[in-house]
This record gives sequence, structure tokens and C-alpha cells, in this order.
Amino acid sequence: MTDSRPIDSVVLAKQVPDTHNITGDAMTKDGTMNRNALSAIFNPEDLNALEMAVQIRERHGGTVTVITMGPPKAAGILREALWRGADRVILLTDRRFAGADTLATSLVLQKAIEKIGRYDLVLAGRQAIDGDTAQVGPQTAEKLGIPQITYAEAVLEIADGRITAQRALDSGTEIVRCEMPCLLTVVGSANTPRPPSVRRQIAGKLAATPGEYAALRAKWPEFETDAALEAHLDAHGLRIPVWTADDIGASAEAIGLAGSPTQVHKINFVVLESTESKTVPPTPEAIAAMVAELVHEYIVG
Amino acid sequence: MTEQQSIWVFIEHTDGQVADVSLELTGKARDLAGQLGYEVVGLLCGHGVEEMARDVIRHGADRVLLADHPELAYYRTLPYARVAITEARRRRPEIFLVGGTPNGRDFAPRVASALRCGLTADCTDLQIGDYYLRRQDATFRNLLYQIRPAFGGNLVATIVNPTTRPQMATVREGVMRMPAADASRTGVVEAVTPEFEPGDFALEVLSRQVRHATVKLKDAPVIVSGGAGITSAEEFALLRDLANLLGGEVGASRAAVDAGLIGREFQVGQTGTTVRPRLYIAAGISGAIQHRAGMDQSSKIIAINTDPNAPMFQVAHYRIVGDAAEVVPMIIEALRERSMDQRAAE
Repeated sequence: MTDSRPIDSVVLAKQVPDTHNITGDAMTKDGTMNRNALSAIFNPEDLNALEMAVQIRERHGGTVTVITMGPPKAAGILREALWRGADRVILLTDRRFAGADTLATSLVLQKAIEKIGRYDLVLAGRQAIDGDTAQVGPQTAEKLGIPQITYAEAVLEIADGRITAQRALDSGTEIVRCEMPCLLTVVGSANTPRPPSVRRQIAGKLAATPGEYAALRAKWPEFETDAALEAHLDAHGLRIPVWTADDIGASAEAIGLAGSPTQVHKINFVVLESTESKTVPPTPEAIAAMVAELVHEYIVG
Repeated sequence: MTEQQSIWVFIEHTDGQVADVSLELTGKARDLAGQLGYEVVGLLCGHGVEEMARDVIRHGADRVLLADHPELAYYRTLPYARVAITEARRRRPEIFLVGGTPNGRDFAPRVASALRCGLTADCTDLQIGDYYLRRQDATFRNLLYQIRPAFGGNLVATIVNPTTRPQMATVREGVMRMPAADASRTGVVEAVTPEFEPGDFALEVLSRQVRHATVKLKDAPVIVSGGAGITSAEEFALLRDLANLLGGEVGASRAAVDAGLIGREFQVGQTGTTVRPRLYIAAGISGAIQHRAGMDQSSKIIAINTDPNAPMFQVAHYRIVGDAAEVVPMIIEALRERSMDQRAAE
């Protein structure tokens, strides 16, 4: 154990389409994407970031706050975050956030983190599976004016206001020591995220944003008014706060589509090049003939 | 200070060698600069690296900005980013290209955020073209078209940064062709003095453990890759057997990497390695565009998949509809028989 004080962490999470499980069904006949074939999930490496933050709290004390920017339904991953160990969650949602590229996204996250105020660490997954850019973490760190530790795989020590972490690089590993506050982007090999706890799931079953009250009351008619439901949620710490652009003091021209320097010029459906090709039946004879052809063309042998 | 517009390339290096990706991007920058009449500038941070500046010039740069300082001996985010941010603010490059390496992907977003400019990750092509921005009723000439797969790989998006500079993009190693070195090329090596701030040294590297790359996918003549259709370590071992028999390497799609069958360094595709082998065997890989973007330049492609509609079949030269676990042993058998026949004939 170290003598360090409690550590307050903010975890950046994103709800993403489950692009890892794209099947043939995900593509329609005209080449567009069948979004209904994809479920929305907690971005996998953000779960690793949450797990790292929860482990840090278990060791040093402190708090874990999870924030996400997204549409109202992104509240789903915030509930999941509560079940997996977060103390507090905040949904950043506003129509004006829509269409944000990574730069505009990082600005919203910066403003929200600054509104949270006190923090020692910001943790995020290395990248989100829907864009794979790995940009939002470093861009948020830059805007907060704090250093970044990308590809963090393990926290080795936290002491005297500094964190020692191991980074996983293609070329090997690096051990770095960094002053806090700082931002870590966490890789999938860092840990195995704990599953949602049944106890927390039961206790946090009703966690909801105000936008979800109507749906919740349909399921729980004993709450006769929104006010009654809200009083219950507040008494149990289950109201998921929603922050808009105004709440975090983000100006309209710096966020969403307007605040995004990158623009989509055009989108092309993927046209596969037709190659001269042969169908080879899966029989030993046909495959031997194919191998003979490859040898003949000096591709093999 | 020169008024000429410029395309910058971030020059990475390890063990006294300029990274391949940086030279590939220098070559691409040369092509683009030729269309635009711009200057190609390499940004080289390091310590005792002047010889590398010559190498960058031989591969297409007109000028190298050389920041030589003991604190820059190894890559660290903040000191390197400080040099780039300071010089970019001063000189205003039009375009800034960065290799899609771990360090490049750490560096580029930090710099782009400070410069408040657009950045597109993992481009698979770069072109020059015009863009009409309806909101301003204005046409922007000679923008960098940053082309990359998007939305789960079913689409290819062309991204532009009409109003902010530089236009930044990262590109993975192997995507652009390595230009031939031209020993007769001349250029200017211009020293720049880093203007560090105290906060730039908030992070110190305590140790580095370099694992020398054992994976040389990029140069392998034959690659046998497995994907979601390969469901066990035993099946993956078959791919290894086939690769060994063919004098090649094994590769993987992201699905096989995520399933834990093989390390991420073996991943072929937009976010892995781009390869152009003589023969590429895709075993149980459905062929998402991110994967195809990394292998569709292979001379011959054999695709094996149980799903006759797998997109991989559309880029394949040989289509085998069947279970890879059954088909791969047949290929191994056919190769063994041939070598036995050969031996018998000798």
C-alpha cells in the first residue's frame, strides 16, 4: 500500500454500434447499413478504463464518475456503468452536440470535466470501435492542459501526486511516471472488466434520466407523477443528471457539426472490384488442381 | 521566412533509422506537392539525428526542420508536440501528415487539438480536390481529400477540412508506396530551437523494453490469415502449418485477434498492417472493408468461407465455399504431395 490520498477519477465512455459482430445481415442489398442488425453497446475499451478506475478506487479510495456524450438512449451505458462499479454518472446530451467530430467532442468532454471540478485522473478507452480514431483521449487531455499516457496497460503505483503506469506499444512496453492530474487511454489487454454486480443491478435498477421517467412510470405505475418518481430516485441517488451545452458553458459554434473542422465531402458505397476469379469446389482433386495452377504461375513453390 | 505553402511530414525514427512510414509519407507528400506547387517539409525531432534529415531529403523533402535537443532523444508526447505546435503556428503549413504508428497516433491528436484543426485517422488514400461548402456558399480549391472507410466499413468517406489549417491526417505504414531514394536530391536542413515550457516534462520514461518485431508481415511473400470462421487454437495451428509450408507468415482479421487466437501485431487491415504479398489466403474471413483495405493489392487471393455471400469472395481470385478447417488440410495435403512427387522425380 502507498500513503497516497484518495483518487478521484473521471471515465469517458461511449455507446457504439456493435461493429465487431457485423454479420451478413448488417448490409442491405443496396449496400447501405442495416442499423437495426447492430445492437448498441458500451465501447469495449471504455469498459477496461472503467475497470481500471474501479481498481484504483478499491486500492486508494476516492470516487469514479463516468460521463458520456451521446443521444438520450446512451443513458443505457451509464446504468451499466453504475452496475459495474461507478459511483456517479452524467449524461451529456443536446441536439447541438450532434454531428461532432473528435475535436468538437473533446471540447464538450473538457467542459464537462471542468464542471465536475476536482479530479486526479481521466481515463478513457484507447479507441472506440465505430471510428477507431483514438483521437478523443489525447484531444481532451490537450484541452484540459494535462499530460496524457496513451495505451496504458497497468497502473504500477500512485504516490506523491504521481502515477506510474505501463504502456503497451507495438514495439514493446514503456514504464512512465507522470504528474497528476493526467489522462490515460486504456488498452483492452489491461484487465478483464468485472461483470455487472447483481446487487448493484438490483439497487440501481431504476436509475434514469428525466427523459426516461415516462417509460419508467409505464413499468412502475405506483409512481403516479414524475415528481413522485424523481423524489424516489433522488432519495436513492438514482437520478442520472443530464447536462446540456448551456450547463457546461459550451458555445454553440464550438460544438457539434458547427464546431467540427472535418466535413464529410462525399460517401461512396463500397464497390468491390470484380476480379477474374474461379470457384473451386472444396474437394481434394479441385484443390490439388488449384495448387498446380499456382505452382505453374510461380505464385507458390 | 518563406511565403511558399507547404506540406509537412512528421518524421519518426527508432535506433537511428527513419521509420518506413515517414519516408512513405514523404513520397506521397512529394506527389501531392507536385500537383500544388508546394514545398515538402519534414519535421524531425531528435538528438544527433542530422544524418536522418539527409535521408528524408533523398526520399522527397525540400526542407527538413530539425529540432535537435537532448530532451528530444526519444519520443515523448509533450516535448515533441511543443516543437510541432510552435513551428506550425509560425509557419502555417497547409497539410500535415503523420504515420499511423502508436507514437504518431499519440502525437497527431495532441497537435491537432492545440492548433484547433481537423484530423482524420487511418486514411487509405489522399488526393487533392475542390469542395463546395453550402453553409458559406463558397468553393474551396485544392483541399486534401482524406479518404477512409467509415460506418463499420460499408462505406468509404472522403473527409475535408475546408476552413482550418493544417489539414491533418494519419496513414498507416505500408499504405503508401515507399519512394526510391534519390541521392542527387538536394534540400535545406533548417535548425529550429525548441521553446519548451516547464509543464512539457511532466512525464518521465523510467524504462523501455523493446521487443524486436518478430512479425514481418509487410514483407512476407505469402500470408495465411484467419478470421471469425476459425474458432479454435487447433484450427489456427493449421493455418500456421500451411504458412510454414509456403514459406510465409500467418495473419489475422480483427475477429481472430479479438477472439484471442493471435496477437494484435498479426492483424491485417486498415487498423493493422497493410500487405501486398504474392499470395494471400483468407481462411474464414468474411472480408469487411477494413480488412480488405489492408490486403486487396495482393497478387493472388484465395478466399475460403462457408458463406457464399462473404464480401471477401468478391476480391478473391480463387473462391472456395467450405469450412476452412476442412479445406486448409486439403491444401496442405496437395502441397505435400507435390513436393513428394518432385522428390520422386529427382
